[in-house]
Amino acid sequence: MAVDLEKILRPVDNPVPPFPPKYMMLAGGEEMVIRQVARDEIPDILQHVEPLIHVERDYYDVVAARLYSELLAYYRYRVQDEYVLVAQIDGELVAVVNGRLLSKDVGMSYHTVALRRGLRVGAHAFATKMEYHIDIIGQKEVLIVAESPIGFRRWMIEYELEKRFHIAHELGGVPSWALTKELFNRARETLVVGRRPVPQQLLKKAQAAILPPTDPPKAPADLLAATRSLYDSTGTALMSQRWKQEGKA
Amino acid sequence: MREVYVVGIGITSFTRLEYPLSEIAAYPAMIALKDAGLSKVDHVYVANMASARANHQTGLASAVVDTLSLTPAGAEVIENGPASGASAIKQGFMAVASGLHDTVLVTSAERLREVNNLEATDIVASLSHPLAEYIYGVTLPSLAAMFTRLYMQKYGVTERHLAMVAVKNHDNALLNFFAHLHEKITIEGILDSPEAMTNNPYVAEPLRFFDCCPVSDGGAAVILASAEVAKQLKKPLIRLAGVGQATDTHCVHERAEPTDLLAVRGAAAKAFHMAGVSPADVNVAELHDAFTILEIVESEEVGFFKKGEGHLALERGETRLGGRLPINTSGGLKAKGHPVGATGVGQAHEIVLQLRGEAHKRQVKDARIGFTCNFGGFGNNVVCLVFKREN
Repeated sequence: MAVDLEKILRPVDNPVPPFPPKYMMLAGGEEMVIRQVARDEIPDILQHVEPLIHVERDYYDVVAARLYSELLAYYRYRVQDEYVLVAQIDGELVAVVNGRLLSKDVGMSYHTVALRRGLRVGAHAFATKMEYHIDIIGQKEVLIVAESPIGFRRWMIEYELEKRFHIAHELGGVPSWALTKELFNRARETLVVGRRPVPQQLLKKAQAAILPPTDPPKAPADLLAATRSLYDSTGTALMSQRWKQEGKA
Repeated sequence: MREVYVVGIGITSFTRLEYPLSEIAAYPAMIALKDAGLSKVDHVYVANMASARANHQTGLASAVVDTLSLTPAGAEVIENGPASGASAIKQGFMAVASGLHDTVLVTSAERLREVNNLEATDIVASLSHPLAEYIYGVTLPSLAAMFTRLYMQKYGVTERHLAMVAVKNHDNALLNFFAHLHEKITIEGILDSPEAMTNNPYVAEPLRFFDCCPVSDGGAAVILASAEVAKQLKKPLIRLAGVGQATDTHCVHERAEPTDLLAVRGAAAKAFHMAGVSPADVNVAELHDAFTILEIVESEEVGFFKKGEGHLALERGETRLGGRLPINTSGGLKAKGHPVGATGVGQAHEIVLQLRGEAHKRQVKDARIGFTCNFGGFGNNVVCLVFKREN
């Protein structure tokens, strides 16, 4: 008798309420829409996450590599109870956040990646993810880790997260921190923003296409290389910078 | 007293620079030497505030002069808090004007991002009075906030005026490759929208996030020379025509009128007097806007506008690019950045660029006279400079 292995390998997601889209104005005056994406939109996101795997700056490489695998696993039905939210400005992908349900009451935050740096793009997206867990799904707490110092400042310090060090987080098995409902309520006034419903025109533009980031994070240039080259007639400084970027030095 | 000219300039990006401090000072110096067409100078001054504490490095000038292969030129560090940069330029001016030296390199560097933001704030706070201010938790943002509150009550400045300074200087920084912050901001996004309080939270009320400058790493350099040397070099003749310095009480609360910045007033008056010009003659200025309120108040104290009317000139657009007197065309400390000990030299760099006509998209048309105000402590030690284009 043939066995349908796919039925064994593919997890069955628990029903959870969908995330109702919202929008907010950034410091620059642009309106950013945050919405949940369906599986069929994941390939559109993957192509914009992949280049970040090669960006050796503020742990973008580690975060992007892990996020890529999480998105791919979601797309290919190899992770249970995952969700993905995207932040878009005029359709442009500026942030991706994801996570999953560890249990009915506990969420597992995966990643927050800003594809446009600055102006709290990532911070707004993270706060929205927490809102989804606590307010929409109704969980009691969310387990969180940070891979970068920026993430640590944004999550652990700004939200004053509680330690759950006895729980190994799914990202790297490192000690977890937790955002409880009480902590979220405390942060609500200062860190959690957004308006609903999203005006139809804004939402339609976001749903129409996930456009590539116009100013994605890049590896930092050797800011003094150009100066070095002034005094370096052989061009060794610039060449060594290129070799370094290409992994040859 | 001999006339003194700026014959070379150089700068690094103001940002996070993960290089040794001596390199951050050396590279703008190399650019300035190349710009001037010189390979040697008689003396080197290095402006820096915090190397001992932030970078565990002392005797920075010895490292810099050797890095640049400028030995056996004399070299020393000039530390005068956030006014270290202009103080170092003043020392260079005195050395050339007196006839002691013909060529002086004034370079500068700061690398405060090597420490975390709390420690950086604490290091800068150490310039407050140790027994009357610091021990009570005073920081520069908190001093500036109290000052701002008083100023608002007395002169009608509002948070909207402060935001207008921030928006203007962020716009200018978008035109400056070397600026720390390349972020367009709008009044709606930082003040009026429902999200504004999160986008732009209070740091020390009434000062918000976008009212405060970033902590930057960076360096800048200028080369000063006698007229004899300057006239041999094929550069526009930019004369350092006026230098003024003044001090005020160490503690802000000991001032008879805390909303007056008498050291700014005094330093500017001396600089204008020496240069033989008036504030009305200035075409472009760099003012020390570590906090947005300071641009408004300094614009009054140096004599550009009447006391209490700086915010009205701002409203009229007089201080923006294209206005009657563009202020902080570089982006200012607010958006170009604030590598503390290097800031004053960075200001001079911008003014020389403007007077040479080399400021590209942020060029002030026909700029002939430029001014800088480098503000130490909370206004207790201020150095102002006036530059003139002579050909």
